[in-house]
Amino acid sequence: MVGIAAFGAYIPRLRLQRASIAAAHAWFNPALKGLAKGERSFASWDEDVVTMAVEAARDCLDGRDRAEIASLSLASTTAPFADRQNAGIVKEALNLDDAVSTFDLGGSQRAGVSGLIQAIRAAACGPVLCIASEKRATRPGSEGEMTSGDGAAALLVAPGEGVARHLGDHSVSADFVDHFRGEGEKFDYGWEARWIRDEGYARLVPKAVAGALAKAGLAAGDIDRFILPAPMRGVAEAMAKAAGIRPEAVADGLAATVGETGVAHPLLMLAHALEQAKAGERVLVAGFGSGCDVVIFERTAATAAPRLGVSGWLARRKADANYMKYLVFNGLIDIERGMRAEFDQKQPLTALWRNRKTVLGLVGGRCTKTGTIQFPKTDISVNPNDRSVGTQEDHPLADRLARILTYTADRLTYTLDPPAHYGMVEFEEGGRMNAEFCDVEPEDVEVGRLMRMMFRIKAIDEQRGFRRYFWKAAPAD
Amino acid sequence: MPTGIKDKVAILGMGCAKFGERWDADADSLMVEAYLEALSDAGIETSMIDAAWLSVAFDAINIGPSGIPASMALRLPNVPVTKVENYCASGTEAFRGAVYAVASGAADIALAIGVEKLKDTGYGGLPVRTRGTTFDMIGVVGSAPGNFAQLAGAYRARHNVAPEDLKRAMAHVSVKSHANGAKNPKAHLRKAIDMDTVLNAPMIAEPLGLFDCCGVSDGAACAIVTTPEIARGLGKTDLVTVKALQLATSNGWELQGSGWDGSYFHTTRVAAERAYREAGITDPRNQISLMEVHDCFSVTELVTMEDLHISPEGGAVKDVLDGVFDADGKIPCQIDGGLKCFGHPIGASGLRMIYENYLQILGRAGPRQRVDQPVLGLSHNLGGMPNQNVSAVAIVGLEGA
Repeated sequence: MVGIAAFGAYIPRLRLQRASIAAAHAWFNPALKGLAKGERSFASWDEDVVTMAVEAARDCLDGRDRAEIASLSLASTTAPFADRQNAGIVKEALNLDDAVSTFDLGGSQRAGVSGLIQAIRAAACGPVLCIASEKRATRPGSEGEMTSGDGAAALLVAPGEGVARHLGDHSVSADFVDHFRGEGEKFDYGWEARWIRDEGYARLVPKAVAGALAKAGLAAGDIDRFILPAPMRGVAEAMAKAAGIRPEAVADGLAATVGETGVAHPLLMLAHALEQAKAGERVLVAGFGSGCDVVIFERTAATAAPRLGVSGWLARRKADANYMKYLVFNGLIDIERGMRAEFDQKQPLTALWRNRKTVLGLVGGRCTKTGTIQFPKTDISVNPNDRSVGTQEDHPLADRLARILTYTADRLTYTLDPPAHYGMVEFEEGGRMNAEFCDVEPEDVEVGRLMRMMFRIKAIDEQRGFRRYFWKAAPAD
Repeated sequence: MPTGIKDKVAILGMGCAKFGERWDADADSLMVEAYLEALSDAGIETSMIDAAWLSVAFDAINIGPSGIPASMALRLPNVPVTKVENYCASGTEAFRGAVYAVASGAADIALAIGVEKLKDTGYGGLPVRTRGTTFDMIGVVGSAPGNFAQLAGAYRARHNVAPEDLKRAMAHVSVKSHANGAKNPKAHLRKAIDMDTVLNAPMIAEPLGLFDCCGVSDGAACAIVTTPEIARGLGKTDLVTVKALQLATSNGWELQGSGWDGSYFHTTRVAAERAYREAGITDPRNQISLMEVHDCFSVTELVTMEDLHISPEGGAVKDVLDGVFDADGKIPCQIDGGLKCFGHPIGASGLRMIYENYLQILGRAGPRQRVDQPVLGLSHNLGGMPNQNVSAVAIVGLEGA
């Protein structure tokens, strides 16, 4: 027996008002106005697939012992590194043991559900942290820009029933090219929507659903929640109907509040469904792309609350009508950034390796003799009353709350999101550091304000295509 | 307990280039400008210099590595030239090297020269640069105003000061320095300003506005030091001697330990206490005649008044607004305009501060000369940022004072 032991999600705080996108493009394509309802999530300049995956994983693992995790997978088609394992960065940020098996998967929009199916197969060997994350790359003025969103979800798939027991799954693989993105291309190239609906979804989804129902020994009417992300309106409803699933079972696609988060979306919707489902409800999740993957779960009576979950992240939002900011954050416009932005961000990889726990894991030191907590860990203790040498043990700080000690809003230093908020923070149990702040408004920043650390991009080395990650302080919710 | 430096070394001569946007001058020319003034003041020849210290902070974007640039620019007679860098406290560091060389007997006459050519970067403010491999991975690369601005919120929290009261005191600091700078022909900024100009200026780093920030300048300053005996032998009377030279360097307690609240400079307190002890000063507020402090930002000057034990803790706002540090106040601070208006060519600043104290004590400061004869001049030269810094305190005064 395998089930979902815990689930979590992440939705970036920024929510672009679709009306602002449509207004910007109305002169060229007034038809976009038809999609201009609600808002979509978008990652800040310092967020990517890896940082969002870390947040979703932390949301999922809140309060759990991470030592149980045997493997970790990250599904995405927009991961920052083509060759440097993205899941490996997530593993370091979560401060997991080196013995954890990690792997990336991608290549199709259904990779999130494919990863889930693989996790179900592998869970017998130990819990699998199955993450899907996507930072959508869409051409300005495209329909995709209107319908997409950024986000991530994480599921801990483990032996036992968990909160959702696995009932069955089925895959249909077919090289149905509704869209593609060639090597080195920034954006998708897509085919006509009506054809995708009639020949793609309508032929592949019912077949995969029927297969999964058969394996689970269920009838279509047994499904209480039907999850099929599809950016086109009405597709999920039509597919449910074709498969014989009750219309009221069709899950909300979060179109009005998030947008379609690509590979992450089936798992994001699943995490949302698991928050709401009552014990005994059957949840079917489908991932479409180069075929279709379907998995069916049954919600159990067990409780497992993510730290915030989809509903919590939905509430942690900042409405933004600044389409230019969205363009800049996504690298879609080459804005004048000033000479200060020219600073060479070359990362010595040797130093990153030596300091990986400090930098990626935010692991500090705790003196075993005096109990002094400090960041970073050093050979000689910072305690002025006891300069013990070599007495520090690892002391992870990422999940400890901290209070602002000093702060500023800097309009001179270079950042893509001015002003740069930063200052010193002191962890409640001890230890302090100078930290950049993220996801803040000027009124959030005051001495004594409680902050929570988040894994973010520190700087991007555009010359070499590398990015530095580190932890920043965000207002604690 | 070391006996200290008091009265062991005398200043033989000093010089200072015109600070500012010196589009006309390379670092070499700036050094020559300061050096020739000092040489003439000292009444010696280059061949009499036994050793030299060169201070420069941003060598990578101006003179490049080593002591060679000073040796070449000044055509020194193949004497040892040591380049020092200690953030913005580099100037006092060069002075310390030269003074210690004379005190040790290793040199009869030693030279300290500080220079900085900052206006070859193409943009305003200090150049962006690496702070080391580890720092670049886990530190915050803020601007200088951003780093120092953090004093304000922490100070307000500690002393329960309303934002507008602190902002007004900070503005007074800048208005005072502009009034002083207007009287100084070598100053970078020579325009008097009013409170409204400061208070309404564009924000640079909350709560520091444009006029809370010092000028970034090109410049050089220079000191020639020797023993009091040699100075007298060269015909000097009214000697200005070194009373104290102290440096305190952060060891990470502020940044990584616990107890520091971000509202003051731990190192300045340490360096000041040591310096007063070395100089035999027991009541600084009543014994120090005038001060040149590291007013890189208005708020820095304000909290430094307390760290130097001139104002009581929490009392700087009142003292500043009462005019205690104005040119005609009880203890003038930045009577030459300070970093704020004289300018801040990093490697030269510590020496420029001593230059002003030296001129004032000798009554040679021209239109800005303090009327009642200054006896002891304190300079405070700070490098780094509040949570991680080098604080240098130098006290010079009339021999015997």
